[in-house]
Amino acid sequence: MTKAFAVIEIVDLYKYYGERRAVGPLSFSIEAGEIVGLLGLNGAGKTTTLRILACDLLPSSGSVRVNGLDVVESPHEVRSLIGYLPDTPPLYGEMTVRAYLHFAARLRGLSKASADKRVPEVLEATALAEVQDQLIASLSHGYKQRVGIAQAIVHGPKLLVLDEPISGLDPVQIVEMRELLRSLKGEHTILLSSHILSEISETCDRLLVIRDGQIAATGTEAELSAKLLKNQRALLTVRGDEEKAKEVASAVAGVVSVEAIDATEGGEGVVTLQIESDGDAREAVCRALVTAGIGLLEVRRGERELESVFLELAGAETTDGGSGAAPKKKRAGKKGAKKARASAGEGDAGAKDAAAEKEDGSGT
Amino acid sequence: MRNALLVAGREIGSYGRSLLGWAIGAAALLVEGVWFSANGLSGSRMSADVLREFFNGASGVTMIVAVLMSIPLLAGERERGTLVLLNTAPIRDVEIIVGKYLAALAMIGLITLISVYMPLLIFVNGKVSLGHVAVGYTGIVLLGSAALAIGMFTSAVSRSQVMAAILGGLLLAVMVTLWLVAKVTEPPVNGVLSGMALHHQRQFPFMTGVLKLENVVYYVAVTYFFLLAATKTLEARRWR
Repeated sequence: MTKAFAVIEIVDLYKYYGERRAVGPLSFSIEAGEIVGLLGLNGAGKTTTLRILACDLLPSSGSVRVNGLDVVESPHEVRSLIGYLPDTPPLYGEMTVRAYLHFAARLRGLSKASADKRVPEVLEATALAEVQDQLIASLSHGYKQRVGIAQAIVHGPKLLVLDEPISGLDPVQIVEMRELLRSLKGEHTILLSSHILSEISETCDRLLVIRDGQIAATGTEAELSAKLLKNQRALLTVRGDEEKAKEVASAVAGVVSVEAIDATEGGEGVVTLQIESDGDAREAVCRALVTAGIGLLEVRRGERELESVFLELAGAETTDGGSGAAPKKKRAGKKGAKKARASAGEGDAGAKDAAAEKEDGSGT
Repeated sequence: MRNALLVAGREIGSYGRSLLGWAIGAAALLVEGVWFSANGLSGSRMSADVLREFFNGASGVTMIVAVLMSIPLLAGERERGTLVLLNTAPIRDVEIIVGKYLAALAMIGLITLISVYMPLLIFVNGKVSLGHVAVGYTGIVLLGSAALAIGMFTSAVSRSQVMAAILGGLLLAVMVTLWLVAKVTEPPVNGVLSGMALHHQRQFPFMTGVLKLENVVYYVAVTYFFLLAATKTLEARRWR
């Protein structure tokens, strides 16, 4: 059996901004034809990694190869192979869509005749034909994002590197963008980044979860779910002494953790317990609680979202894992997850890291 | 060279489509015209003096125009996030710099060319040699080229256009006023400083119609040095 050819091969990559390590040690490879999602919170190292791949930034150490070519030794050749869309599409607002794509094509080495032939094809492929004569500045955000994709594919690159291509789009535009990305599969190998799992999980063949500049997990969405969501969760609403209920539930075989959360209904002495266990422990727990004289009001199966697991993997400090089944946690529910996410990616420290990451060394 | 011309073509188109390009050009011609009218055509003077006075005003305007033209070339692209398109394309940093430089120089050349009606007005009531006109314009273009290169360097090192404008203005002011510093220093330092000054000693011969090779070499050297510095700055940013 022959091993598929690795279009991207990164080995022990490190990137420092001054004293701060933005990426590293980072190693992964991507095979031809794959669509891979690089998933991480803001400041995790996604943009830095993609910029190094696009030869916009040099690595501090390690090896980054695209189609067998080293990005430090052969940047010119690597750039010819890559189509890159940064988080903010590099668009000249005063140009028309057609003129801009023609310029981008020529810039990437296409002759005038080739560019004349290729631009209409790309306009068609990205559904931009109807706005081709409009100034880019007058386009909506969704169309601008499409123009960004169009400039990345206009020279027919082997590899597409897209930094948050779905960010900021409305739901209809997200669906359209997903379809566009799927349509590019086969022709191109695609690496795209996002900090929101649901945005790219449907589009990608494989996900790489990045945290603190390192790969925290890798696999398809199904593989990650199977691997990471091994514990089952149940929500039991009871009436009685909270401590006693927790003690009884914890003593049941297979129960891993018991946590009191905000009760799902009102009433004196009403408590909702969130129970995690190896396998389904609902019957055994219910039996134990009733035997102990605790009133059982409601039993529900809790579902953990992969999104919350991703948040844990990606570094957000949350104990959440709950879904809509547990809307209000006593310690860290949805709000906790958001807060944790904010502190990890959008809060002070995260923002500083993210800002450093976005810098073009800085500026771009 | 193909890539540099490609970049230059886009920049020229951008100047043409933007309000900034037209505004700078119009303002430059207006100021030159007012200067020429006020200082050149007032009173009775020798034709050669009128022409020299015109070139004196035009040289100052050209320096300012060159810095204003250079500000958006790199700092502006960085602010708008478009520099990454050039940085990730298979073109060399020197081609980016040269392309942008050529575009701005072409615009300066165009503005300078349009101003030619003013020296021609001298022929209505006076007489100057065409050689004097040609040498004066050569000096203007060389000075504009050097000021442009200085502006491109400050644009390359700056994160914002405001910063680029401040740095460019300061560096240009220092380069122009070196002859004043030379006045209060002792030999041989004063000679060096005076020789390095961008305008005073170097531009005056051009204004009077005297073409000296050393002055041409000086302006070409300043242009080369600052364009090289801008290129190296662009390269170095990839390491940060």
